Order: sequence, then structure tokens, then C-alpha cells
Amino acid sequence: MRRAAVYLLALCAAALAVAPLIVLALLAEDFASVFDSRNLTLLFNTLLLAALTAAGSVLIGVPLAVITAFVALPGRRVWLALLASPLAIPSYLGAFTIYAAFGPGGEIEGLSGLTTPAFQGLIGSAIIMALYTFPFVLLTTRAALLNQDRSLILAARTLGIPLHEALLRVALPRAGRGIAAGALLAALYAISDFGTPSIMNFDTFTRLIYVEYNAYGLSQAALFSLQLMALVGLVLFLESQVGAVRERPGEALLIFPSRAAVLALLASVLPILMFAIVLPLGVFALWLAREGAASFDVAIAWNSTYASLLAAAGAAALAIPVALVAQKGFLGKTLERLCYFGFGIPGIVMGTALVYLGLRLPMLYQTLALLVLAYLMRFLPLAIGATRAALDKLDNSTMNAARILGANPGEVFRRVTLPLTTRGIIAGAALVFLEAMRELPATLLLAPTGFETLATYLWRVYEAGYFGRAAIPGLLLVLLSIAGLVMALAGEADRDRMSTSGPQGATA
Amino acid sequence: MLRLDNISVAYGDRTVVRHINIALGDAEILMLVGPTGCGKTTILNAIAGLVPLSAGQISLGDWTASPSQPVPPEKRGLGMVFQDFALFPHLSVVKNVGFRTDNKELVDHWIELLGLAAFRDALPGQLSGGQRQRVALARALAHEPALMLLDEPLSNLDAALKDELRWEIREALKKAGVPAVWVTHDQAEALSVGDTLGVLQGGELAQLDAPDLCFSAPSNRFVAGFLGEACFITAQVSGVATAQTALGPVALTGEPTEGALEVLVRPGDLSVSNDEASANATVRWVRFEGATRLYGVTLDDGQELSVRTSGADAHGIGDRISVSLTRRASYQSFPAED
Repeated sequence: MRRAAVYLLALCAAALAVAPLIVLALLAEDFASVFDSRNLTLLFNTLLLAALTAAGSVLIGVPLAVITAFVALPGRRVWLALLASPLAIPSYLGAFTIYAAFGPGGEIEGLSGLTTPAFQGLIGSAIIMALYTFPFVLLTTRAALLNQDRSLILAARTLGIPLHEALLRVALPRAGRGIAAGALLAALYAISDFGTPSIMNFDTFTRLIYVEYNAYGLSQAALFSLQLMALVGLVLFLESQVGAVRERPGEALLIFPSRAAVLALLASVLPILMFAIVLPLGVFALWLAREGAASFDVAIAWNSTYASLLAAAGAAALAIPVALVAQKGFLGKTLERLCYFGFGIPGIVMGTALVYLGLRLPMLYQTLALLVLAYLMRFLPLAIGATRAALDKLDNSTMNAARILGANPGEVFRRVTLPLTTRGIIAGAALVFLEAMRELPATLLLAPTGFETLATYLWRVYEAGYFGRAAIPGLLLVLLSIAGLVMALAGEADRDRMSTSGPQGATA
Repeated sequence: MLRLDNISVAYGDRTVVRHINIALGDAEILMLVGPTGCGKTTILNAIAGLVPLSAGQISLGDWTASPSQPVPPEKRGLGMVFQDFALFPHLSVVKNVGFRTDNKELVDHWIELLGLAAFRDALPGQLSGGQRQRVALARALAHEPALMLLDEPLSNLDAALKDELRWEIREALKKAGVPAVWVTHDQAEALSVGDTLGVLQGGELAQLDAPDLCFSAPSNRFVAGFLGEACFITAQVSGVATAQTALGPVALTGEPTEGALEVLVRPGDLSVSNDEASANATVRWVRFEGATRLYGVTLDDGQELSVRTSGADAHGIGDRISVSLTRRASYQSFPAED
């Protein structure tokens, strides 16, 4: 009976995750003609942006992957953390500050008198996206490179091939799958992201969905959403075809650089970090210095926190049954997979689907519940992943031992399973919290009237042109992102320690 | 009293344990031994209620479990010691041992008796392997089980500790007066620790007997080979429970009537002498083992045997020696193989 209750809860979570797709599919029935020339332009623009972003992220990410994988730099972990950090920062913050800093009348011209070219349109969007998505390529490629045994490169060098050529001809071709996986993730990000193309004034599906929504064209927004989902599905399908790297893991190559080489590498990496991290922080700090913090209403930060806390608590509560059933059986695994649906749905699409749902179910319309629901659906997989990782670490025999000592399943869960997975559950909830704090498009569509969050407030002052007021929410959002990154890295370090030390003393 | 009546266990379509019948007396220790995949751990898990029965029934004291009426593990009143110890990593030693019992005295008694008093408040992660295994044992015993189940309790420990803990566990079980089913893949452990020995072969119980009987009168060739080095020498029935071999007449266990037999001869059943006149074999190889030597010899009729002698007897390869049967009152025989 208890087991039935757990499955029921997991089923609810899975139903939640699939609901937006069903809503959109229902919406699509209202449409007779689905395609016109505007759709073609949008499709072309979105694909072009995805392709350029992927290309840009490969261009930046692959050399960095080679450096971080093979070169014995002092402080390697710090380098990696710094280079991965753009991933944690929502690109709308970068787009906003870069837009404000460059071009005629931008902050750089104001400070130095130099006129810089403006960032806008396709090229502007693609450069900014590449700056924030290259860590995908960096991480997947690095993992693939680290997996390669150095013997092949050493063999190539004994055959008279110089190092750089050996890397190009021997190492990189074998990392092809890793590069492709990262590039596809970058492309997925590019077609799903709402903030950057909107600020860069470039017409993609996400931007137009929001335009239509504001012009009361909800049905048109829903149609664009469905078309966007088709693109997302295509990229996810390609991603699933890439597959994992199949190579026997060995000892990775290690190159010891000269001091001059270290300085050169540092000099080549700095501009990227300057653009992606330092510039947003600097611009927000500049605005803070210029306009002060007086205009900021603390209630906004509290709103964000409140909604995100609700989402985090809900996600943690739902993740436990899903993670439990995912451990065994076909049904459980299927339910878990269904829950991952929401992760692939762009925020703007989730927002559109739930707005439509709210119109059909008036009791939900314009409620905080609907917004929290959107967060839950999108970020539940983060909580499930962390909870499952903690559960998978438990030995079955530990639970069996408790049963045999006379504890019924409920008591085993309360006294053994739960205390041993609390850390994982909290980590998962914290990830959901941080993501929800930074979420922009779904919040724009779903926040009840008058319920302003950090992200939506930032957006309104951008639209209204009062850039200076973005200082506090902008800085808070960057700090939250850094906190999220630190947490993720700490979790990874934790896992490393666990896997290397193992169960100690087994033969003492 | 534990009774297993004709139990079978299947994982999906695959039956891993078939028609097992076991009855275990009070305070008796049953060793279950067999090669990897023979189903010994499955039998243990079936007794514990961790895997469902597909046929038969298990009863102990006031409960009886069958495929249609399973009894959950927590209702069986058992103690179990796992291969990986299965201690609760978030609880101290004393909280592990007293997980579900209010009897503080008993908890202290076993902590004391197993030499864990100094580690009462340590977490399992801070203990060595041997200490963890003692905690696991104390935990099971402190809950006053009607039956103990031990799943290869020593396989994660190193050799020296194994030998010491083996006797310590036996001692503790006897002191508590608890019957036990102890699974192992180690022949020496199986033969020496228990009161009864069950040898499993492909999910079936090939033999269930006193350990010395299993060793000297194995029920089939597999059991013979699994419990120790085994050679076979051809023989012809020559009278009631006697047969003629190349090494002279032998008394047989049981009363086989068929003509052609093979008699089980272990290396310790044979002795060797230097006597040139009665020499009947040639040394093929020799392996020095410390206290003993193991010889591979070829009898003059071409049969090959192994002989274990004192380490002091030295013969070289190619030496002519005299081999004779010495030790046993009677020998186990099997119908000759073609």
C-alpha cells in the first residue's frame, strides 16, 4: 500500500512534466494554416543563430579544452572553475550589460571617449551566446580528451610529428563525439534562450513568442512555441545519436609548459573571461556607484526568494518518490524519464503553455501557484538527479540489514534512507532554488500582476531604459550564479573524494 | 527449528535454486558452500525474506513463509551479517548495535564481549574491517535473533584476520546458543567451522552431511573435487564391499555391486617409501609446500595420482618410489567413467 502511494506521487510528478506538451498540442488543433513566410524567416534566423553559436563555442571551447586537459598549469582546478563560470551566468545579464557598454553612447564611450561598434542583431547575439555556451564544449571535449591514453600521442611524436600536429591529427579526431555533444548543447541553448536575441533585437522564435504574447496573440505564440519545440526535439534527437565516447580509459597526456607559455596562455584566456564575467560585474558596479541603491525595493528580492523557496521545497518533496521508484523496475525508470521532459522545454514555451492553462482554469490564472508550477516542471530534474545520486550511493544491504533487524519499510526510510540522503536532497533543492531565482521568460509571462522578481524587474528597467536601477538586482543575480557554481563544483569535489578513497579499511 | 521444505527460487524465468530441503537443530551451525553462482547467497536471502520463493516453504518458530504467503523480513526475527558489513554509516557503534532494541545490557554485553568497548562512539567509517565485522555481529546478536544468517562474512578481510575472526564468530554463536546458516566459498572454512556442511552445485544441494563425511564420502565427483584435491584410481569389485586396485585391496564405503569402479584417493591417503624392491611408481613432478611436499606420480600401469608427504621426504623427478594406501578404514567409490 505504501509502495502504491510512492508510485502515485511519482506518477503525479511525471504527469506534471508532460502536461505542457499536451497543452500545446491541444492548442495546435485550433490552427488550420501553420506556415507562412514569417515562419520561414524565424526558422532560418533561429537555425542560423544556433549554427553560429555552436561554431563560436567550438572555436573557443576546443582550444581551452586541450589546454585544461593536457597542460600542467599551476592551479588547474581554479582555471577550470573560472573557465566554466560563464555557464552559470544567465546570458541575459551578459547581453544586457554588453548592449549597455558598447556602441555609440555606451558606457565605454562615456568612460573613455572611444567609440566602439555596437553589439546587435545576428552577429551580436551569436558572439554573446558563444561567450556563455563555450563551457559546454570545453567540458565535454575535456572529458573526452582526458579519457584518451597518452600512448598514441607519444607514438606519433616518436614517429617525428611535432606536438601541435599530434594534438590536431591524433587527439582531437578521437574527441569528435565530445565536441559534437558540446556543440549541440550550445545550439540547444541558443534556440531556447529568450534574453539575448530580445536584447540584440534579433527575431528568433523565443523573441517573437514574447512579442505575440504582449500583443495578445496567445494562439500565435503557442504555434511558435510548438514549432520551437520541434527544433528542440530535433537537437535533442541529434544529441542522443552522438553517444558516449567508447575508448578504453588510460593515463592522460601531461604537457609541462615554460613560464612564457603560461603567460601567453593566460593572456589569451583573459579577454574571454573579461567579456563573460568581468564586464557584467563592472557595468553593474558602475551603475551602483552612479545611482546608488536607494531606488531598489527589498520586497522584490523577497518575492524572488519566496517563489524560489516554494519551488525548491516542492521539487525536493517530489524528487524523493521519483528517485525511489527510478531505482527499480521499468515503470519507475519510465516515470523518471518523463520527469526530465521539462528540462528540455524553453522557459518561454513553458510560460506560454501555462498561461494558456491559466486561461482555461480560472482558479490558477494570475496566481503564484502557476509560477511555482512552472519552476517545478522546468527544474524538477535537477532535484531528481541530486536525490538519485545520493540514493544510488546507498548499499542495498544497509537497508536490508535494517529490515532484518525488525524495521518495517517506513521505519527504514525514516531512520536509514532519509538521514543518509538528506545532503543530496538539500543540494538538489538548492540547485532548483538558484535556477528559479534567475529564471526570466516564464517568470515574465506568469508572475501575477504586481509580483515583481529580480529577473522581471531587471527586464522592466531594461525595457524602460532606466538602466541604472538594474545595478542591485543584476549584482544579486550574478552573485547567486556564482554561489550555484561553487555548490556544483563542491559537489563534484565531494564525488571525487568519495570515488577515490572508497570504502576504507576493508582489509585493515 | 529452521525447516526448508523443497524450496525453489527463480529470478524471472531463471530458476537459480531448486528443491532445497534442510532442517537445522537448535544451536547448530550449518555451512553452505559452493562455487560462484551456485545459489548459496540466494538461499540465505530466501530465508531472510529478501527474495521471494517460487515454490516450497520455510518455517522457523512461529512463522511459515510460502510463495502465496510471504513473511516480510522484519517479521522473521533473524540476524544477518553481510559480506560488506552493512553498518549504518550515520550511526555510532553503540547506536548500530542497539538499532532496534531497548535491552541496553545486552548491547553492552556484546560490545564488551567482542572487544568493541573502546569504539562505542566511533562511526563505522573510522573502524577497520575486522572491527566493522565485529560490530555487525554484535548488532545482529544484540537483537536476540532466532537464527543467524552469515553471508560470506570474512571474504572482505585479509587472511590472518580471517582465521582469527572465524573462531571468534563460532564462539559467539555457541555462547548465544543461536543456530546459524553460514555461507562461504572457502573450503577450509566450510570444513572446519560448522557442525553440518551443505555443498551446492548448480542451485541444488549435492550433499548435506557432517563435514568429515562430506570430505571422505562425497556424494559425487563434483563434491569430491570441490572440497579438496581428488584423484581416482580404477578398481574391480572383488567381494562384499571390497575391491581390487593397482595398490592392493581396499574396503569400500557402501556396497557397490557393479564391476568397474573408480575409488577416490586423496593425496593424504597415500604414503611413499624409498624401497627399490617394491617400487611401483615414478615421480613426475614435485611441489614443495613448507611443512609438506606434494608429488605427482605415475603408477607403473600408467595411472596418475597425487601424494602428499612430510616436507622432510625428498624425492627427485624421475625417482622410482613405492606408493601405498594407508589411511582410511574405507574408501568412497564411483562407477567408472568411459
